[in-house]
Amino acid sequence: MNGVKFFLIAIGIGLLILAFAHWLELDYFYFAGYTILQFIVLATAWNILGGYCGYVNFGSAAFFALGAYSSVFIHKTFPLPVPILMLIGAAVSGFVGFGMGYLTLRLRGAFFAIATLAMAVVLQTLVVNWDYVGGSRGAYIIRPETLDIAGFQINYIEYLFVLMLVLAVIALTTARTIERSQLGFGFATIRDDEMAAEASGVPTLRVKLIATTLSGAFMGMAGAPFPYYIGYLQPASAFGLEYAVNSIAMPMIGGTTSWIGPLVGSILLGSLQQIATVTISSAVNLLIVGLLLVAFVIIAPNGLVGLVQERLRARRKP
Amino acid sequence: MDISWDLVVNAIVAGLLLGVFYAAVTAGVSISFGMLDIVNIAHPAFIILGSYIAYFVNINYGVDPIVVSIVALPAFYALGAAVYQVYYVSFEKRGQESLRGLAFFFGLLFVTEVSLILVFGVDYRYVEAAYIGPSVHIGLIDLPLRMLVPCVVALAMFAMLQLFVTRTFLGRAIMAVSQDQLALQLMAADPIRIKRIAFAISIAATSIAGALLIVIQPIEPSVGRDYIGRIFAICVLGGLGSMPGALIAAMLLGVVESLTSTFYGPSWAPAVAFGFLLLTLAFRPAGLLGR
Repeated sequence: MNGVKFFLIAIGIGLLILAFAHWLELDYFYFAGYTILQFIVLATAWNILGGYCGYVNFGSAAFFALGAYSSVFIHKTFPLPVPILMLIGAAVSGFVGFGMGYLTLRLRGAFFAIATLAMAVVLQTLVVNWDYVGGSRGAYIIRPETLDIAGFQINYIEYLFVLMLVLAVIALTTARTIERSQLGFGFATIRDDEMAAEASGVPTLRVKLIATTLSGAFMGMAGAPFPYYIGYLQPASAFGLEYAVNSIAMPMIGGTTSWIGPLVGSILLGSLQQIATVTISSAVNLLIVGLLLVAFVIIAPNGLVGLVQERLRARRKP
Repeated sequence: MDISWDLVVNAIVAGLLLGVFYAAVTAGVSISFGMLDIVNIAHPAFIILGSYIAYFVNINYGVDPIVVSIVALPAFYALGAAVYQVYYVSFEKRGQESLRGLAFFFGLLFVTEVSLILVFGVDYRYVEAAYIGPSVHIGLIDLPLRMLVPCVVALAMFAMLQLFVTRTFLGRAIMAVSQDQLALQLMAADPIRIKRIAFAISIAATSIAGALLIVIQPIEPSVGRDYIGRIFAICVLGGLGSMPGALIAAMLLGVVESLTSTFYGPSWAPAVAFGFLLLTLAFRPAGLLGR
């Protein structure tokens, strides 16, 4: 199946989901669905760097929040339509991803991980001290009830849902295309043995920089519509550790070697959290995610996808 | 600008005291990350755990927090040994420490923090002890005892670790284990056992560091995250595995942070460590005293 065909099928599935949501006519479905789609994008973005390249990014929350806060900034200065905000969020987060990568990727992988972790703390410090975007008090963004496109009145939350759905389709298609391209093989060689990759002519620094930039950009894009979704953005929620832990846990639980792992992981974990938040409490649901992450990396290093593959292989060999 | 000099002097003194405390917080990571190559980003979570144990015993039984932390050392040692065993069997043995090992420690960090939130809530907690409150005055300089006492304890702990690492067979074996495992085996030392002991010592150090932390400032479960940047900045700036380097780097960071919070406000202080980390990584990745 080539890239174009995959893209068309993904669009088809997206349209089916949309038709179902429209038929259901339930605002809660849009709200819950938006969160899950957002996690699909975050998990896929994380996996482009983490799963394919083997470099761990602990700062997903920072990239996400950068996207969200660039939207807040633009909303206050010169309001623009959300799709453009998403592109701006992508540019900002992509640039920061590039910068971080440029400074730390020439060293051992652990330094990049530590730097991303520390970066989240510092960006939060900056935002807390920056009164224009709300500082520590947070910023209110009034979400319009409806959006007017060419005379049609569209439910605003449905509009955000559609945007995130489109972004998820693009992110998944990109990830799958990379996996089968020369770039993807470059990523895989770096993950398996960076020294050998360098020796066989892979321009490792450039390839890694592509990965950090791309990964950061998708996270920023996922964050850009967030202020409109949540209505009230404060640093503690935008930089919340749950984004960082979820975007690591979802690919790890699903499986990191292919695009389908983050998708499976985020749908399962995302739905589980939606249910747990409503029925138990949000602190307990984060504990569950953390425990699942620890359990999976110890017991099933290749995630659910890996477990299924092993099962299939075992069946083929009688 | 009119700079008030006694403010500057006091900020520097406070920074030095803070720096020695940072060195104690970093000591464990100097061993685990610097000498064993184990990127234990959950280190701050163990420190906060130590703080809460000191807090719990102090509030319920009135025992001095630092005494509690010393009594709790064997428990933390055992915890460290257990964590290393899991880490070794699941990741190091399979050669997967870079991606999954990191995720494992990140999960530990997260689980510890959320568990502490569930048990103790997100309110700030503090301990009571005779030396919290009064200060010693020497001329212009104010020395709050709540900084001075942790500083002395931290120095003692740091000196003991340094002596242990440089003067004993076990300590030297720890320094050697990441460099040449085979040579170590030829000296009839089991590298896995050496690593387990070293990692357990690094976690034991968090018990004391945690008690010192809660003496210095009130804490809540997410305070630990602020220390991740600091710890690794100090560790890298000092030169990986160099304990004296870590002490110098910690004092430097303490002074710069203290000056920053005196003149620009305490909300900017967390950014200093990150600046240090990035500058070091960009210009001198081997650190100040690195080989």
